[in-house]
Amino acid sequence: MLKVQGLSAHYGRAHILDDVGFEVPAGQVVVLLGRNGAGKSTTLKAVMGMVRPSAGQVLFEGRDIAGREAYQIARAGLGYVPEERRIFSELTVRENLSVGRRPPVPGLRPWDEARLYGLFPALGAMQDRPGGRMSGGEQQMLSIARTLMGNPRLLLLDEPSEGLAPVVVQRMAQAVRQLKAEGLSILLAEQNLYFAHAVADRAVIIEQGRIRWEGGMVELLNDESTYQQYLSL
Amino acid sequence: MENLLLQALNGLASASSLFLVASGLTVIFGVTRIVNFAHGSLYMLGAYLAFTIVTNLPRGHAGFWGGVVLAALAVGAIGALLEMLLLRRIYRAPELFQLLATFGVVLVVQDVALLIWGAQDLLGPRAPGLRGSVELLGLRFPLYELVLIGIGPVVLGLLLLLFKRTRWGTLVRAATQDREMVGALGVNQRWLFTSVFFLGSALAGLAGALQLPRESVNLHMDLATITEVFVVVVVGGLGSLPGAALAALLIGEIHAFGILVFPKITLVLVFLVMAVVLVVRPRGLFGKAQMAQAAVASVAEPVLGRAPAQLKWLGFLALVVAVAAPPFLAGDYALIVLTDMAIAVLFAASLHFIMGPGGMASFGHAAYFGIGAYGAALLTKWFAAPMVPALLAAPFCAGLAGVLFGFFCVRLSGVYSAMLTLAFAQIAWSVAFQWVEVTGGDNGVLGVWPDPWATKLNFYWLALGCSVFGTLALRRIALSPFGYALRAQRDNALRAEAIGINGFEIRWVAFVLAAGFAGVAGGLFAFAKGSVFPTALDIPRSVDALLMVLLGGVQTLAGPLLGALAFTGLHEQLVRATDYWRLVLGSVILLLVLAFPQGLAGAVRQWWDSRRRA
Repeated sequence: MLKVQGLSAHYGRAHILDDVGFEVPAGQVVVLLGRNGAGKSTTLKAVMGMVRPSAGQVLFEGRDIAGREAYQIARAGLGYVPEERRIFSELTVRENLSVGRRPPVPGLRPWDEARLYGLFPALGAMQDRPGGRMSGGEQQMLSIARTLMGNPRLLLLDEPSEGLAPVVVQRMAQAVRQLKAEGLSILLAEQNLYFAHAVADRAVIIEQGRIRWEGGMVELLNDESTYQQYLSL
Repeated sequence: MENLLLQALNGLASASSLFLVASGLTVIFGVTRIVNFAHGSLYMLGAYLAFTIVTNLPRGHAGFWGGVVLAALAVGAIGALLEMLLLRRIYRAPELFQLLATFGVVLVVQDVALLIWGAQDLLGPRAPGLRGSVELLGLRFPLYELVLIGIGPVVLGLLLLLFKRTRWGTLVRAATQDREMVGALGVNQRWLFTSVFFLGSALAGLAGALQLPRESVNLHMDLATITEVFVVVVVGGLGSLPGAALAALLIGEIHAFGILVFPKITLVLVFLVMAVVLVVRPRGLFGKAQMAQAAVASVAEPVLGRAPAQLKWLGFLALVVAVAAPPFLAGDYALIVLTDMAIAVLFAASLHFIMGPGGMASFGHAAYFGIGAYGAALLTKWFAAPMVPALLAAPFCAGLAGVLFGFFCVRLSGVYSAMLTLAFAQIAWSVAFQWVEVTGGDNGVLGVWPDPWATKLNFYWLALGCSVFGTLALRRIALSPFGYALRAQRDNALRAEAIGINGFEIRWVAFVLAAGFAGVAGGLFAFAKGSVFPTALDIPRSVDALLMVLLGGVQTLAGPLLGALAFTGLHEQLVRATDYWRLVLGSVILLLVLAFPQGLAGAVRQWWDSRRRA
């Protein structure tokens, strides 16, 4: 579904991503693991066209989308949920969703408000509330729901569990599994190993902008040394 | 009593048209974050185009109103083109560069209008069927004004509906908050920005066109309007439509009643109100805290550094030539131009000091230049002071104004602070213009001649000396611990506070210093010209200073130098060569902005660096 090859990116003169490569097979959840500042968010942003890659390819269903603009990449079928959620705080829940709306895609059950309220019942109860007056968990749900309105085939989720209460994290994991069951492919950036374990099929470990390890999620959990080396504090 | 009602209605009529222009500006700013100085030019174009269209259409309702709408649409199209051809290419450039680009447009539009419609005022046709007046409480009030009063609220209602009830409006509101995120959700921002520009420009055009039956169309409409509209938008809160409406009402009525109550200080009054509002509510009446603009991916500003050794030698060499060559130049003209350049360099360097290291844009730096000039000139006129004491007094006069004005300006941030500097500059200008007994008003202060020893050549050396000393002093300060603190608070006010830097105090001191050095330049200017007029502190002079700094590049110490030299040289040559120097200068600015979004000095530096690396 998604194949990243030799991806590099800079912020000013600082080298953030260096020759990053990995794959997201169709229908799977791949988690990008790494410590703070390892390059997880930047990888997602570079895939999404929000950070301009200085080299490399991003093949989405065989087409190279590297260097395109974010809106074109979104229209090609990628959905991006940012780490900071970036809810439009002065717009209501319903209006937030309407910003994300894009035409249905053949072969995919289109998302609409009713179906999203089914996925996140909490949102259904506050359709007219301004985004600025929602809790962190609710904003995270809204951010995901807003992106789903664009009927993406691949979802890029940046640390959806960050700053959420354990109960909410569990519910979020449920939602992600449900999305996967519906056939959505997902690339997840996470620090929370428990959340990653609950949803991911495969794991990719990134450190200092380079890929250090790639394999099955179960395999990683059994590999104490890799875990110690790249993920533990 | 009746008189008051009449004034109130007059105020409503001007509030209505103020709101039309302001709403366009505020919508454009909300989405694109561009402070569009050319918005007044679009308003002027609306009036001119309406004049041409209406006079060429058959008389009658259809001809007039059709012409007004056509003019508005045409201006909308011009605005959209402007966005597509110019602004779209520089959204990622620093904010001030976008400002520079819109200045360029102002200059170009002024001369294009001059070329097409000529210099004389044009009187448009009256609106058919609305020529008469109605009787209100025994007073006659023009019918057209009444219609105008109605148009404002109708447009406000339509705009609110558009923004609340349509998906386009939702997208615009979303983009006002976080345009990058809107893009990541699959919305083509280009199209959104262009359509916003179309709408905003069309509103300005509509306002201009509706002025046709009220007042003559002339070439001064652009700057006169843009300052008023800035006041409205800033008082209302940038990006807020209801705020713009309320502020337009406030300003319109203050104008109307001010003429009645304080006819001598009407000009001051409006800006005074703005200053008061901004001091009480730093983001205007309805303004909201801006979202952290980290949302927009931009390149970090280059760090201010010492110039490479070779560049230093080059500068030194240029200085030696500047000192040694003039005695061998024939004629006074070259000396006059060189003196102007020396003064311009100091003026630009002083503005650069608060804009670059300080991070505060000033739209009214001419105030301190002018107060320095007036200070020196008035001392000579009223106290017969010789040149040297008068020159020494200039920076103190300007610095004192800096202490007072700066206290208010540095408490605000970004565009609001810049607007407040503009307001204070306008107040200073109004005082110079309206306090005829002391300043001579429009006739200026004459006979400010240098001492006998200061021949043209000696005076040039004096100006050069002051300029070099001042510029070096400012550079020294920028690279001192004080300068570091100044830059620290610019880059991250919160973190700077956390390590014990008092941002307010530092900015205030910097502001006063910049004002003082501008005052030196102003004092020299007074003696170089032998006279001072209110133009020494008017908006065009502030704009000149901004152009010099922005042309040179904000984040290099050599920037203001190069910018001042390039600007003064170019200006001087153009004024001599053509009547349409604004057109040429504006076009040059636009080309430079598109070609070197880092400024001249930045471009030279980049070229230098890349050559050394190669």
